[in-house]
Amino acid sequence: MCALGATSRAYGHGFAGARFFPATLSTDDPFVADELSLPTVSTIRTPDDGGTRETDISVELAKRITPQFGIEIGETLSVLNPHEGQTMNGFGNLELGGKYQLLKNGPHEAIVSVGLDVEIGGTGSNSIGADSFSTWSPAIFFGKGFGDLPEALRFLKPVALTGVAGIAIPTSASTRSITVNDQTGERDIEIEQHPDVLEWGFALEYSVIYLQSQVQDMHLPAPIDRLIPLVEFALETPLNRGACGPTTGTINPGVIWAGKYFQVGVEAVVPINEHTGNNVGVIAQLHFFLDDLFPHTIGLPLFGGTK
Amino acid sequence: MKLLCRILTLSLVLLLPAARVSAHAFLEHSDPPVGGKVHSAPAAVRIWFTEAIEPASSSLQVFDAAGKQVDKKDTHLDRSNRSLLQVSLPPLGPGTYKVVWRVVSLDTHVTKGDFRFQVAP
Repeated sequence: MCALGATSRAYGHGFAGARFFPATLSTDDPFVADELSLPTVSTIRTPDDGGTRETDISVELAKRITPQFGIEIGETLSVLNPHEGQTMNGFGNLELGGKYQLLKNGPHEAIVSVGLDVEIGGTGSNSIGADSFSTWSPAIFFGKGFGDLPEALRFLKPVALTGVAGIAIPTSASTRSITVNDQTGERDIEIEQHPDVLEWGFALEYSVIYLQSQVQDMHLPAPIDRLIPLVEFALETPLNRGACGPTTGTINPGVIWAGKYFQVGVEAVVPINEHTGNNVGVIAQLHFFLDDLFPHTIGLPLFGGTK
Repeated sequence: MKLLCRILTLSLVLLLPAARVSAHAFLEHSDPPVGGKVHSAPAAVRIWFTEAIEPASSSLQVFDAAGKQVDKKDTHLDRSNRSLLQVSLPPLGPGTYKVVWRVVSLDTHVTKGDFRFQVAP
């Protein structure tokens, strides 16, 4: 359930040398950028309560404060449609984040960043199960294009890899809920543990843009010449508090089309095991490049305003 | 679904009309073509970009297989097409040549890249 929820986030695009990295849909990437994801939509049937259709519509805004440091704010509207019972909807907890770009190497198309996200507990709706406690998530991000491969392997140069590894640390180790049996008057205490969770994932991409402009002009027509097929792996592994269960997550094959001012992407969401789910979902996103749309105003960093 | 359609429409209506006439400049196509083989030595390398280019801050260089710069160092924009950057070449012998470019679009975004082409014997 947690891993499926992670697919509703939206992340940054950027350049390293000659490489354009698109904003990936399901895993965070290392770029600090000015951009707006509006909307990201995902839907999948989860195994909860005999099968619940979960649909998330989210928006995320990222803004550079300096060329190397940026902040993000995100919110998600969730609609839960159980197999039996009433449909529930509501907003999830507000998500805030910051990211600092530690290293960028143009010739090797490499980048490394660190970041910290916080999901602010109690800001979302109880009806969709938003946590009453906050969760802090420090993480490290990387990106690497393979444009520095030897010429003999030139058709692998359009390949790129981005990835993330972080730990989600809830501020509450457990929550206790008490129910009273109306007939017997007995109290039933249920304790739910909240483990720290290793959140990790990566995206493997093949850029037709890079192929056409850096390796070999294949004379491909539009819109194929702007496509970036990719597969993302978004995974979660509980670490403690008696919840050291199996890793859950999804494998998401899909494609992104990147234009001048925006990109659109769509991916299938395939659970990796029964603990994650048994049904394939879908995620789609419309993502605007604010630095290209508004290059002299909100598309600039607030300080040190170079591109 | 209605809500989603409204969000999509609103996003496009509000943001796209505000778009400036420039963005990151990508290589659209070139002559000689990226990774291509030509049978007669070209008199120039010409690159068409997706955006108009700021010539003062842009460069286009051609190197031979030994890494020696072989172009005539006269990088310039086409007079009638500000997205076409070119540099003249002396008569080139057969071999593989590397083109290295760096351009600044009118909104001052910087992009760069390189590619190879071959002159057949």
